[in-house]
Amino acid sequence: MASERETDDVSGVETTGHEWDGIRELDNPLPRWWLWTWYGTIAFAVVYMILMPAWPGLHGYTKGLLGQSDRAKVTSDLAALDVHRGAGAAMIRKASLAQIESDPQLQAYAQQVGQSVFGDNCATCHGIGGTGGKGYPNLRDDVWLWGGTLEDIQHTITVGIRADHPQTRTSQMPAFGRDQLLEPAAISDLTEYVVKLSGRPADAGAVARAAPVYASQCVACHGADGRGMPSVGAPNLTDSEWLYGSDRVAIRGQIFAGTGGVMPTWGNRLSPETIKALSVYVHANAGGQ
Amino acid sequence: MPTLIDNTHPKPEARTTVSAAARAKGKGDARGGLYKPREPIYPKLVSGRWRTIKWALLIVTLAIYYITPWIRWARPGDLPQQAVLVDFAGRRFYFFDIQLWPQEVYIFTGLLVIAALALFLVTALFGRLWCGYACPQTVWTDLFIVVERLFEGDRNARMRLDAQPLSFDKAWRKTGKHLTWLGIAFGTGGAWIFYFHDAPTLIRTFWIGQGAMTAYVSCALLTATTYVFAGWMREQVCTYMCPWPRIQGAMLDEHSLQVAYLRDRGEPRGAHKKGQSWEGRGDCIDCQQCVVVCPMGIDIRDGSQLECINCGLCVDACDDILGRLGRPTGLIAYDTDSAVAARACGQKAVYRPIRPRTIYYALALVLVSGLTLWGLITRPLADVHVIRDRNPIFVRMHDGAVRDGYTLKIANRTFEDRQFEVAFAGLDGARLSQPGRPAGSSVSILVPADEVVAARVFVTVPPDADRPHSLPGRFIVRSGEIQSDAKTVFLSGAANPK
Ligand code: SF4
Ligand code: SF4
Repeated sequence: MASERETDDVSGVETTGHEWDGIRELDNPLPRWWLWTWYGTIAFAVVYMILMPAWPGLHGYTKGLLGQSDRAKVTSDLAALDVHRGAGAAMIRKASLAQIESDPQLQAYAQQVGQSVFGDNCATCHGIGGTGGKGYPNLRDDVWLWGGTLEDIQHTITVGIRADHPQTRTSQMPAFGRDQLLEPAAISDLTEYVVKLSGRPADAGAVARAAPVYASQCVACHGADGRGMPSVGAPNLTDSEWLYGSDRVAIRGQIFAGTGGVMPTWGNRLSPETIKALSVYVHANAGGQ
Repeated sequence: MPTLIDNTHPKPEARTTVSAAARAKGKGDARGGLYKPREPIYPKLVSGRWRTIKWALLIVTLAIYYITPWIRWARPGDLPQQAVLVDFAGRRFYFFDIQLWPQEVYIFTGLLVIAALALFLVTALFGRLWCGYACPQTVWTDLFIVVERLFEGDRNARMRLDAQPLSFDKAWRKTGKHLTWLGIAFGTGGAWIFYFHDAPTLIRTFWIGQGAMTAYVSCALLTATTYVFAGWMREQVCTYMCPWPRIQGAMLDEHSLQVAYLRDRGEPRGAHKKGQSWEGRGDCIDCQQCVVVCPMGIDIRDGSQLECINCGLCVDACDDILGRLGRPTGLIAYDTDSAVAARACGQKAVYRPIRPRTIYYALALVLVSGLTLWGLITRPLADVHVIRDRNPIFVRMHDGAVRDGYTLKIANRTFEDRQFEVAFAGLDGARLSQPGRPAGSSVSILVPADEVVAARVFVTVPPDADRPHSLPGRFIVRSGEIQSDAKTVFLSGAANPK
């Protein structure tokens, strides 16, 4: 392939001596800008190796003159973030829940903090939008098992439901069927009674039969009119909100087994300021109370 | 562009031809170099009508550029007191009594379109007047040539100096020139940054090293470009870099005024002795004055050329010569191709400024100017944007009432704090509420002067089984005279599942 170097007649440039299919390669020099760019990148690489961490060694790597370290940067960034957030957190600490909610600036701050904390911790059960699902309360409407004032919400978040906090909240719906406290027929009658309570058509005979059972077994928590008691977490049976479903099968199942959900004690994991912000976020985006 | 000028007469050899010898030595564009070497141009000082106009424009445009950022303007509160200010940090543009927000960037679009159309119109009428008189490249190059002349003398002295070997005299002249150029270039970059920050503050912090990094970088960048463009590259910017000449070429036609050599009057050219008769010859005495004054380094007698910026300096030069010879002036003049052609056929030349093309441009200019002005005048002093909650899209209350959540972004463009009444139109019995505040038929939101507030607003409607799933609605935001509204929808989901 290689042959004598010769000069091309047309351009006056030497050839490399390579020839393919009669085409000879001219030995033009590289463009100067190209060469200089190349030298520049070499110089850059050398400088870079001196300034930045570059070579692995037996006892760690070369640290570089600039002392660049991603790990150290993250640590200092996090520290800076804490300082940056400090002012907001201090304001939240000092203000009462009602003050936070009524001050537009504090509320905006709490909404921001609350939204991200909610997304990280609460959304798993209550949904990103806070609308819950079957067995997980909807936090957007105006129905509250444990009360919907700012303080109620703060307390529920702090101690949890059926959690391991000494003051945790526990409602005690008996498992009337599973524990054989009531006969199956009585449970069916009670189901009709509950349907009737929520203003829907029900079997009048069954309702009449269930009335004394309701009075003896259920009134203590759900009240004579079925409106429930937030202080003990007893749901209102007359509205259109149903945690475990509103049809007869679901209602019957709930009387039979008395299911109750669990919410962790967030007081162990979130700072009091964070819980305050979260409470305001939940309250501000919910209806009523 | 159809040209009626006959360009076919023998031309002098193209001035940029690289000689065979230079090619062999690897000079010029033959080998190795990135660019063709520049032919030095030594424009000679000329005086005359067009030169005077150019001096005047030079002073006026530069004065506007350098003085504008220093004009103070009283504004309420702690708003900037500078008449013209592009405030990136505060995201505002201040122009005397006009204050623009980023959302109003369409006004700038309008201004750019107006500028383009004005350029089209002027070019269709008068050729490349922008290039010759108002372009910053022309203005600063002119200024740099003044400095050059100050240090190195006029054309002949400059050429002599460049041919000399290095001497003390040459060294100080060159150094002085470049230092002065750099000073002007720095002043240019320095003036530019004052448009972006309070000028008196910046001039102080800049010198003590406490200005923003962007200020130093912009200043350095503009210093460098001014020095290189106006000092070293000059006509090469116009000829090789600038897109305007190419665009402007499409605006020109045979009725546009352009600097032209009136071949019919000038040819045959030749030397002329005093007292000789002018019978049987043209008026051009081939004195080359039109060539040596040209900042673009061309010979206008070769016909209209890409490089010509229509600056009229050759007109001044030739008029001066003809005046001394006692001949009527205007051998080189602003003229149209059609007039030249008409005279060549012995017809009377007519100047036609009103043509379909200029009518289109003028109409478009009036239309866009009107629209922009209308947009500026009618732009609302308050603005509301609605972002409706998507998760959940609606919430049903215990009694079956439906509540939708919205985030309203209310912009208050006035210079005073304002309480805005927010109402919702399109739904009977709608109640509005905000977190922590009781519901009512409207809510009231305070928006500080010159700010945007994002407010959560809930709209609740009583239960109604017949309500459609989705209803169009409208938020109306009002404060005194000022009102703004934004369309949205109210979603109520399926009928109440009772
Ligand atoms: S030819 Fe005349 S008008 Fe054109 S650039 Fe040269 S001096 Fe100016
Ligand atoms: S300045 Fe006028 S007379 Fe002299 S060469 Fe140019 S066109 Fe001819």
